[in-house]
Amino acid sequence: MNGVELKDRIEDGWPGRARCRFDAARRVNEVTCERAALADVCRRIFHEWDFSFAGLIVEEGPDAWRLRYVFYGERDAGWVHVLVAAPLAENAFPSVVVEAGIYAADWHEREAEDLFGVRFEGHPRLGDFVLHDDAWQESVEPMRRGFDAVAAMRNRRPDADWRPQRILQEPGAFVMPIGPKFSGVTESVHFLLETVGEDVIRSSTRLFYKWRAVEKLAEGKTPDEVLLLAERFAATTAFAHGLAYCQAVESIAGADVPARACVLRVFLAELERLRQHAGAIQEICESTALVVATSQAGILEEELLRVSGNLAGHRYLFGLLTPGGLACDLPTGACREALGAARAVLARMRSLDDELRISSSFLDRIEEVGVIFPQVARAYSLVGPVARASAFVRDLRRVQPYSGYESYEFDVPSEEEGDGYARLRVLFAEARQSMRIMEQAVDALREGEIRAPVNLRGGAALGAVEAPRGAAFHWVRLDDGGRVSRYHIITPSFVNWHSFHLAAEKFAFQDFPIILSTFDLSVAENDR
Amino acid sequence: MSRWVIRGIRTGIKTTGYPRDPEHAPGVTPGLPVGDVLGAEAAALAERCPTGALDQKDGYIAVDYRRCVHCYRCVRGVPRPLAWQAGYEWAGLSGEPRAQDRLGGPFRRSIHILVVDAGDCGACLNEVKQLNNAYYNMHRLGFFITPTPRHADVLLVVGPVTDHMHAALKKIHDAMPTPKRVVAVGACALSGGVFAESFVCGRGVSEVLPVDVEVPGNPPPPLAILHGLLVAAGRKPAVPLTSAEGGM
Repeated sequence: MNGVELKDRIEDGWPGRARCRFDAARRVNEVTCERAALADVCRRIFHEWDFSFAGLIVEEGPDAWRLRYVFYGERDAGWVHVLVAAPLAENAFPSVVVEAGIYAADWHEREAEDLFGVRFEGHPRLGDFVLHDDAWQESVEPMRRGFDAVAAMRNRRPDADWRPQRILQEPGAFVMPIGPKFSGVTESVHFLLETVGEDVIRSSTRLFYKWRAVEKLAEGKTPDEVLLLAERFAATTAFAHGLAYCQAVESIAGADVPARACVLRVFLAELERLRQHAGAIQEICESTALVVATSQAGILEEELLRVSGNLAGHRYLFGLLTPGGLACDLPTGACREALGAARAVLARMRSLDDELRISSSFLDRIEEVGVIFPQVARAYSLVGPVARASAFVRDLRRVQPYSGYESYEFDVPSEEEGDGYARLRVLFAEARQSMRIMEQAVDALREGEIRAPVNLRGGAALGAVEAPRGAAFHWVRLDDGGRVSRYHIITPSFVNWHSFHLAAEKFAFQDFPIILSTFDLSVAENDR
Repeated sequence: MSRWVIRGIRTGIKTTGYPRDPEHAPGVTPGLPVGDVLGAEAAALAERCPTGALDQKDGYIAVDYRRCVHCYRCVRGVPRPLAWQAGYEWAGLSGEPRAQDRLGGPFRRSIHILVVDAGDCGACLNEVKQLNNAYYNMHRLGFFITPTPRHADVLLVVGPVTDHMHAALKKIHDAMPTPKRVVAVGACALSGGVFAESFVCGRGVSEVLPVDVEVPGNPPPPLAILHGLLVAAGRKPAVPLTSAEGGM
């Protein structure tokens, strides 16, 4: 089914209640529908037409709420944005989690409720999420236009009696709290593991200890200033997020990124993926206490950081991107040199892969633990290596290509089992594919411009990039003065954290850190 | 298992010679801008800095390293770029110079470090993680990461200190036995970086805790963090945190 056929189906399905506008250039079907039809439209898009749910974007207009439910499908199907509006006074919407059975929207609705005060009728678990109830009262709505931070701080009434929900009621059941500070070098996050003894029966993750309100900070800033935030809110995948943000701004401005910049962007994005996957592999080895493998993977990660630093000046590729292209050119010779160095690292990564595959004590610990079933991956619209290890294969580079990815030859590795080992195999396989893409990119480099002029104007657009951890979406709205008036970031970690508890439950305590490491989740990316 | 042992031995020694010898391998540091006399162009260049790290006076540009976030906007796309230095010994003492007297002593040999993420973007933390890798292997210098505040001598904080981490960070610091040191790592921990300033983020760790050593960089490379720890232990001299004080 292509975009045009989809348009017809939607208009035939809900005559007069849903209008559809197809933007052929962006391959987006924009469906404007009544609140009463919202759940039904979303249900068919997700369940019948097999789209993934990308996210929910809430915008507060001068006199109306505008909610945008973003879906993406296979290559031909493109994107669907379902739009619903309501006057500011009427802030209640049907919950698509309950009404349409889209579990993937669960956390998106919770976030919107917590930050904007928009209610989602029937949603079973609203409240304590981004803003912790033991730190802020429920009535604080920081993303509202008129939010007064000074007054909010002055009238702060944290709920001192707040306690996390406890589900397990069996005799002898207890909660094991972990974090926010735990273990050696880890990000701050809080786990509540409910148990009656050996196994984690129920696990819930409390996030947003690191909430920096990046989206609020961005409001009123120039696109160049917001770029700094886009790169730095989750800097282990700085380039991917910077790229998604730049794509959004370029889309609004109608800027055409020059060919050389596109190729360099692909090269750098894949270098980042390779490096991040090496880091993830190191974490997995470390969680199983396989010391030599940890050390070997650590060497690979550091060497790739040095390759990045030597090529681009910065080990995490800061400061290269700019709306319209790249801030500076990278000499083709330097790229070729970086490619050679990365190739040598990859050869050793392959040999590490071979060795791990025959290390039975290692395999015992990651095989058949932390299983995510394919139907769960689909129901939660999971992304990245986590989804692909559970046979849910939707890579934005393939299904909604950007930056010229359609002209590269590469495979999208996937596995069926959905366990820790499947995720590890996907990481190794993707690293090899990244190298394939980098080889082609260097061969495709031609001399030329690296930056196109960007004429900022009012408008809004979505940038979408397959970041190392999965699909990342950056929604940017510019006002007529060219300043950012709304910035919303949907990250792969936000999406995948949502499903993490399902993998952690029913396994023994000692499996918990291993399952966690195989998910390669970033807290910073989730918390923003 | 023996295969792993042989594999490990075959890899050979990767570890840097630092702090005994300087490390010159390419890509180990993102570098920092250098203060310079630019004359008439100084004001325009200082203006380009998004975090106010560049201070312009009478055509001279002074750099506050604590604020630099490596955006490279003072070197890329400008007619006269600032000079760039590729060192990594960046750690300085926070506050009054007399802090020097308090360092050293019991911290000269082995120290245990508690790492707390107070809202970090992941990069500083990842660079701290590299210190345990073969290339840096901080164990050889007597530096160990501990998971508990009760065993910790040094509190290493990354991130701008978010509102939700504020209470946890204070509790952790209180739970550490004295004498103790606080090392703040990264532009966010030193000045709030690009997240300063909002109702959930301040201007860094010093608003919450007494900081002893500051390590600039966004993120500081592993060698800079290592330098910070050596400064905290009194085993390396500190350097000034701004070029106005004659640093670098």
